Amino acid sequence: MNDMPTANSRRQRTNMKGLLDQRFENGGFILTKLEDLINWARLSSMFPMTFGIACCAIEFMSTGTTAYDMERFGMAPRASPRQTDVMIVAGTVTFKMAERIKRLYEQMAEPRYVVSMGSCSNCGGPYWQHGYHVVKGVDRIIPVDVYVPGCPPRPEALIGGFLKLQEKIRNESLVAPKAVEKLLAKEENVVV
Amino acid sequence: MSFSDIQFKPKPNGLKLSEPNKFKAEDLHSEEMVINLGPQHPSTHGVLRLEVLMDGEIIKEVVPHIGYLHRCFEKHAENLPYNQVIPFVDRLDYVAAMNCEHIYAMGVERMLGIADQIPKRVEYIRVLMAELNRIVSHFIAIGTYGMDIGAFTPFFWIMRDREHILRMLEWASGSRLLYNYMWIGGLFYDLPVGFEERCSEFVNYIKPKLQELEDILINNKIFVNRTANVGILPLDLAINCGVTGPILRGSGLRLDLRKVDGYSVYPELDFNIPIGEGKMGALGDCWDRTWVRMQEIYESVKIIEQCLDKLTKEHKRTRDFDPHALVPKKIRPKAQDFYIRGEGSKGELGFYFRADGKSDVPFRCKCRSCSFVNLSVLQEMAKGILIADLIAIIGTIDVVMGEVDR
Amino acid sequence: MLSFDQVFTLVKDTCTHGDVVVDENATPKNIRVPAEDLKIVCQELFQNSSTYFDMLSCITPIDNGPQVGTLEIVYNLYSIPFNFQVGLKVVLPRDNAEVDTLTDIWKTANWHEREAYDMFGIKVKGHPDLRRILLPADWEGHPLRKDYKQQEYYRSIKVDY
Repeated sequence: MNDMPTANSRRQRTNMKGLLDQRFENGGFILTKLEDLINWARLSSMFPMTFGIACCAIEFMSTGTTAYDMERFGMAPRASPRQTDVMIVAGTVTFKMAERIKRLYEQMAEPRYVVSMGSCSNCGGPYWQHGYHVVKGVDRIIPVDVYVPGCPPRPEALIGGFLKLQEKIRNESLVAPKAVEKLLAKEENVVV
Repeated sequence: MSFSDIQFKPKPNGLKLSEPNKFKAEDLHSEEMVINLGPQHPSTHGVLRLEVLMDGEIIKEVVPHIGYLHRCFEKHAENLPYNQVIPFVDRLDYVAAMNCEHIYAMGVERMLGIADQIPKRVEYIRVLMAELNRIVSHFIAIGTYGMDIGAFTPFFWIMRDREHILRMLEWASGSRLLYNYMWIGGLFYDLPVGFEERCSEFVNYIKPKLQELEDILINNKIFVNRTANVGILPLDLAINCGVTGPILRGSGLRLDLRKVDGYSVYPELDFNIPIGEGKMGALGDCWDRTWVRMQEIYESVKIIEQCLDKLTKEHKRTRDFDPHALVPKKIRPKAQDFYIRGEGSKGELGFYFRADGKSDVPFRCKCRSCSFVNLSVLQEMAKGILIADLIAIIGTIDVVMGEVDR
Repeated sequence: MLSFDQVFTLVKDTCTHGDVVVDENATPKNIRVPAEDLKIVCQELFQNSSTYFDMLSCITPIDNGPQVGTLEIVYNLYSIPFNFQVGLKVVLPRDNAEVDTLTDIWKTANWHEREAYDMFGIKVKGHPDLRRILLPADWEGHPLRKDYKQQEYYRSIKVDY
C-alpha cells in the first residue's frame, strides 16, 4: 500500500498498465492494516450531496465542472441523501431551512461528514447582526467537520476543504473498539 | 460542552408547523394526491419548494413555497448606510451581481442629484461589466436548463466559457462572484491595464463558441421537441402577472428597460431587443424563452464590443482619471421617495427608497425583485400540464432564489 | 401622450371618500388616495383606455414608526402603451392596518400583498390566500415594523449571534 513505485519500475513501464497491474501481475499480496485499506477506500470515493442553498452553490457548481473538476478526487455528486456521505452546506442557512437540513442530515448513511462552505454557514457571515431569519452558523443544527471560509470561497478553497476532510478520514478508525465506544458515547451525549 | 448543547433537536411535528401544506388531506378528492418537490431538489434551482396537487400524471395545481433563503435584505438596508448596502445588493441576484449594483448605484446617484456628472468612462465600464455579467447569468440559465431536461454536455461547455468571464471580472474587482465593484458615484477601481485587450480577445473567442452552443442545444431536435409548445405563456397573462425580462420578451412584447428608460449610456449603444417569434411552436413557449436568452447573449457581445471600442478610443485611460473623484464623502440624499428600475438579467429590478434627509441610512429600501414576480406566474402556467413539463417550465423561468426571497 | 395632470384628474374624479393629494416629493410622483377608494381608482386606471395602467410594478409598505403611528403603502403602476409611471399612496393607521386587495385586477398583487402581510402585518381584505410567504408559519411578529424585537429562540435555536 505505502510502497511507491521506484524509478526503476517507472522506467520499465512500457505498456499502459496501471500501478497495481505492474506490481502484482503475477500475483502477490499487499500487507496493510485493514483500517488503512477501508479508510483509503472511503476517502477516495466521497459522494457529496447536490444541495446548493445560495451563492456558494454556484461556486460548488464551478468546482464540480470543467475548470476545477471535482471528479478527479473520486467525488461524484448524488442527488439523494441516502446515497451520499458528505453534505456540503453551501450557503446561508435560514430558520425555515434549518429543520430541513437536520432531516437531510439524518437521512444520510453513517459515517457521514459535513463541510460548511462559506461564511454564512460558518457563522452567519454578513448577516450576523441584522439577519433575524438567518441561523448564525450551521453548527447550531448539525455537527460540522470542515469549515471553509470565504464569501463565497473559491473552488480551490473548497477543494482544500475536501483535502482536509480526506486527511480526517485517513486518521479515523472504524474498526478498533474505540470507534464503537465513540459511537456509543455519541448516543448518550457524553463528552469524548 | 456536551454534545447535546450544540445539537438541535427537531420536534416530530416541526415541519408541519413551520411550513404547512396548503392542501389538507381531508380536502382532497379520492383521485388526487399531493407531491412535495424540493427544497432539496437538483432541478428547482436552489431552495424552492413546490407543493404539487396531482391527478395521475396531470398537475391540477402548483403552490410554490418560498422563503428558504430569506436573508433579510430590507432589514439590512434599513440599518446600514447607503454605500454599505451594496454588498447585500450583490447577494440578491448572485449570478448577475454587477447588474444589481449598477441599478442600485444609479438610484442613489439620482437621489443625490449627481447622476449626470458621472464621467462617461465610468458609465462605459459599468455597462461593460453589467453586460459581461448578463452573459454569465444567461449562461447559467441555459446551461442548467439543458441539464434539467437531459443535455449534459452544453453545461460543461458553458461552465468552461463562463470561467473566462469570471476570471476577467476577478481581475478587475478582486472577487469571482460578488464584486462590490460599482460604488455610489464611481467605481472601486479603474480597469486593470490590459483588460480591454483581454476582453476583446475573449469576444473573438466566444463568438464561434456561441454558435456552437446554439447548434448543440437550442437547435437540437431533441431539445426542440422537448420544449416547443410546452409551458405556453400568453402575453396578456404575462403582463397581468407583472412578468418582465426574457420571459415577457419570449411572449412577444418588445419591452426592455435599457431601451425604454434609456438609462446610463445605453442610448448611445446600438443593440436589438430579440423577442419570441414562435418559430418552433406556439408563441411564448419554453423554446422561445430559451431562444430569447441565447439571442440576448449575442446582443450583449455586441454591446461589449462597442464599449471596448469607446473605452480604447474616446474615453481612453488617462493618468488623471480617478474613479473615486465623485464618490461622496457623505451620502445623505434629501428627503424624498424614489423608485428606480432597470433591466437586470432576469427582468425589471427596482428599488423603492425613502430617504428622510436626516441620516445616511435609508428609511426604507424595498427591492422589487424580478425573480419574485416571475416565479408567481408558475401557478398560472402549471395548470393541467404533465409533471415532466413542470421541470421544463421552472428552468425557463430562471429563478435565483436569493432574489426571490431576498 | 399621457401627462400626470390627466391621471390626477381621473383619480380625483373617481374618488368619493376624501381628499386626493399629490406628493411632489416622490419620483415618479405619488397620488395619495383614501384607502376606501383604492380599489375603484385602480380599477379605473386599469380599464380606462386613456390611461391603461396594465402593469403593477411594485407594492412598497412603509412603516413610519410608533411615534407617527401610520403605515403607508405605495403602489407603483406602469402603463406600457403610454410608457408612463405613477405611484398611488395609501396611508393607514398602524395598529389596525387594513387594505383592499388588488389581486383581481393585477395578479402580481397576490404575492406582494402576502409579503406585506408577512413583513408588516397588514391585513388584506379579500385576498384569496393570505398566509405568510417568506417566514415560517409559526414565526412571531412582523420583522419590518420599526419596533420589531426579534425572538430569542426559534425552535430552541438561538436567534442572536
